[in-house]
Amino acid sequence: MSHRELDDMLGRKWRKPHFVTNPVLRWSLIFGFIAYLIAAFMTIEVDWGRVYEGLDRGWQFILAFTRPDFISRAGDIWGGLLESIVMTVAASVVGILISIPIGLGAARNIAPLPVYMICRGIVAISRALQEIIVAILLVAIFGFGPLAGFLTLSFATIGFLSKLLAEDIESMDKVQAEAIRASGAKWMQWINYGVQPQVMPRLIGLSIYRVDINFRESAILGLVGAGGIGATLNTAFDRYEYDTAAAILILIIGIVMMLEYLSGVIRARVQ
Amino acid sequence: MPVLEKDGAQIWRRHTLREKLVRWFGWLLGLLVFAICWQIISESTTWFFVWDAPRIANDIWTRATPPRWEYITQLGRPIWDTLNIATLGTIIALFLAVPVAFLAARNTTPSALFIRPVALLIIVSTRSINSLIWALLLIAIIGPGVFAGVIAIAIRSIGFCAKLLYEAIEEIDHTQVEAITATGASRWQVMAYGIVPQILPAFAGIAVFRWDINIRESTVLGLVGAGGIGLQLSSSLNVLAWPQVSLILLVILAAVVISEWVSAKVRGAII
Amino acid sequence: MGLSHCRVRGLLMLRLQKLTKTYKTGDQALKAIDLEVPKGQVLALIGPSGAGKSTMIRCINRLVEPTSGAVMLDDTDLTKLGPGALRRARREMGMIFQEYALVERLTVMENVLSGRLGYVGFWRSFLRRYPQSDVDEAFRLLDRVGLLHMADKRADELSGGQRQRVGICRALIQNPKLLLVDEPTASLDPKTSRQIMRLITELCRERGLAAIINIHDVALAQMFVPRIVGLRFGEIVFDGVPVALTPEKLTEIYGEEDWEATIEAVDDDEDVEAAQ
Repeated sequence: MSHRELDDMLGRKWRKPHFVTNPVLRWSLIFGFIAYLIAAFMTIEVDWGRVYEGLDRGWQFILAFTRPDFISRAGDIWGGLLESIVMTVAASVVGILISIPIGLGAARNIAPLPVYMICRGIVAISRALQEIIVAILLVAIFGFGPLAGFLTLSFATIGFLSKLLAEDIESMDKVQAEAIRASGAKWMQWINYGVQPQVMPRLIGLSIYRVDINFRESAILGLVGAGGIGATLNTAFDRYEYDTAAAILILIIGIVMMLEYLSGVIRARVQ
Repeated sequence: MPVLEKDGAQIWRRHTLREKLVRWFGWLLGLLVFAICWQIISESTTWFFVWDAPRIANDIWTRATPPRWEYITQLGRPIWDTLNIATLGTIIALFLAVPVAFLAARNTTPSALFIRPVALLIIVSTRSINSLIWALLLIAIIGPGVFAGVIAIAIRSIGFCAKLLYEAIEEIDHTQVEAITATGASRWQVMAYGIVPQILPAFAGIAVFRWDINIRESTVLGLVGAGGIGLQLSSSLNVLAWPQVSLILLVILAAVVISEWVSAKVRGAII
Repeated sequence: MGLSHCRVRGLLMLRLQKLTKTYKTGDQALKAIDLEVPKGQVLALIGPSGAGKSTMIRCINRLVEPTSGAVMLDDTDLTKLGPGALRRARREMGMIFQEYALVERLTVMENVLSGRLGYVGFWRSFLRRYPQSDVDEAFRLLDRVGLLHMADKRADELSGGQRQRVGICRALIQNPKLLLVDEPTASLDPKTSRQIMRLITELCRERGLAAIINIHDVALAQMFVPRIVGLRFGEIVFDGVPVALTPEKLTEIYGEEDWEATIEAVDDDEDVEAAQ
């Protein structure tokens, strides 16, 4: 703070201190990243002629949104949509019901170690496997149709909800739960009075969010034969029926928007 | 929580009779909907295949083990492509998401009446459609390959990143912006000094988070022909080469675990 | 009441004429305020919360757009300026904020230099390539407030008093003619509050700056500031020297309360909450 120090500083250039202070590390990170980007761009083979041709088709597709065709394939569209919704509802119900006990088991503060390990294992497997890959395997095992889709979505719901529920329980207020336990409550009563009220609002919010995700996912399961609107959409693209595809996409976007709005309203009410 | 008078004694009930009826009716309705959904799924299921499922599952398992390890030598390029699809897609998406987020945030949008709804529409429509569907669409337009995958991932990620980013922008501390404005700074300077430093951590977090998700998604894009390791999965499935399928699934699992680990590390370093 | 010797035109720094602000909700925050601030004068603005102190300060540099009236800085009417001219006018007015309003994730030095944004171009500021004279001035100011050794620390690592010092540097590096100070001590402990008030008034004297200090702590205002203006419901109800601020006057500004303790407490180290 002495003036001597100030005199030293005056006239000296000032530069913002770098985020990574070690210059060697900093420059190797920067060069490494640039080198990667160049290598990545080099290895992408783009057939620009094909892309140029495609621009016209892309424009056709955008135009299709101005005149979506709900009529000519109405049967396929409504059938597929109904199947998607049915799969979403059934899988959400089953998935949520199963994820509650697994979520309880995956919370370290209320479950004994062996149960904890098993439940965490289930969660980890469910989260690591992509919905579409699970769907492929289940279609191979159970055959084509919405049953495979339903099982896929239920399985994915379990991984998603149980993990978040378990995290929520682990971070809850201990004092409230202890107060109930101090009153001599049994385990079930303890969960019912000490734990449930604390995690319920978030559980409801997350469940509704998952319904939203399940619907979006159900739209692609049809690509691998697991039922839903995806199959119709795939056919529409294959036949270059852009106006039908546009109609399906508009329906999906509309339903997702509606679900999002609904989940916002419900979440605001329970919290 | 009403307290009823009955025979001079006060009885406490959690719900009134009316509330109880409504609740029971709600549960009943839910059950009914689920039963109908189940009915629809069950109708379009070939139950013979389902009863046969354990045998088929066992059959697939014996065929798929052990994985064909030497096949890994052919997976180098697909893995590299998968990584590129995810990384380049994320980078492109971030470049596009930033302006969209600024146009969508209430406190930075130039016009809440005209531009904000357009930005929100971009966000909701890109977000609600799965990257596999975007890939299908792009393949129909510009042909199959890695390029279509990159663009599909980019489009899908715009809405996701822009949504999280505009929520972060709406939460910034306004007095910091006011303070920069009061110095006589121009619009862009206010942006660079007052707003950007406040949202930078959120931005970095979102980028890494989305990259992690994109790694998962890009592993399956090949199923519809958009490049990456999914292509190998698809062709192995087509010829029922189960030992190759199991190896590819292991590789995908490893990729998912590694990317989750990397993103957790990077997020830890930033925040 | 009015300090008539300052009324000579050339010596006037700032003049508010019939300044009025009505919010969209219909609240009248300011009702035709007339006020004159001579060059080099430090003025404290007191009054209960909601009296319009903050609005008045923000109407001067138009962070809040006044509904009607004029704000004359030297001879320009700030309310008539277009965006570019307004930015140039804002350079002449340094502002210090209640919650410091530093950009938390930037370094102390960047925060101080951000006071020069009105003078440097976008790319220069974006790349942090400030002219050497600005950098030197920033070092000098940081040295003056005793924070030179903190220059490369991030703002959120600093204590409240240190942050406010950085805020002062940011306002002063603009080389302003007028300081607008909004509750500089509201988030600080009593001792630091005094140090900050002393620093601000000293710096104003050194540089011959005029200042409007918006403050809820009457005792602090009386201690450091030669002229006090009392605001109530958007109107000026007192304008005079600190000793003229009698209990009757305080009652007029803040409403009924026993004010003896407040006035006596001037030499006490205790923070006195004057706001009701």
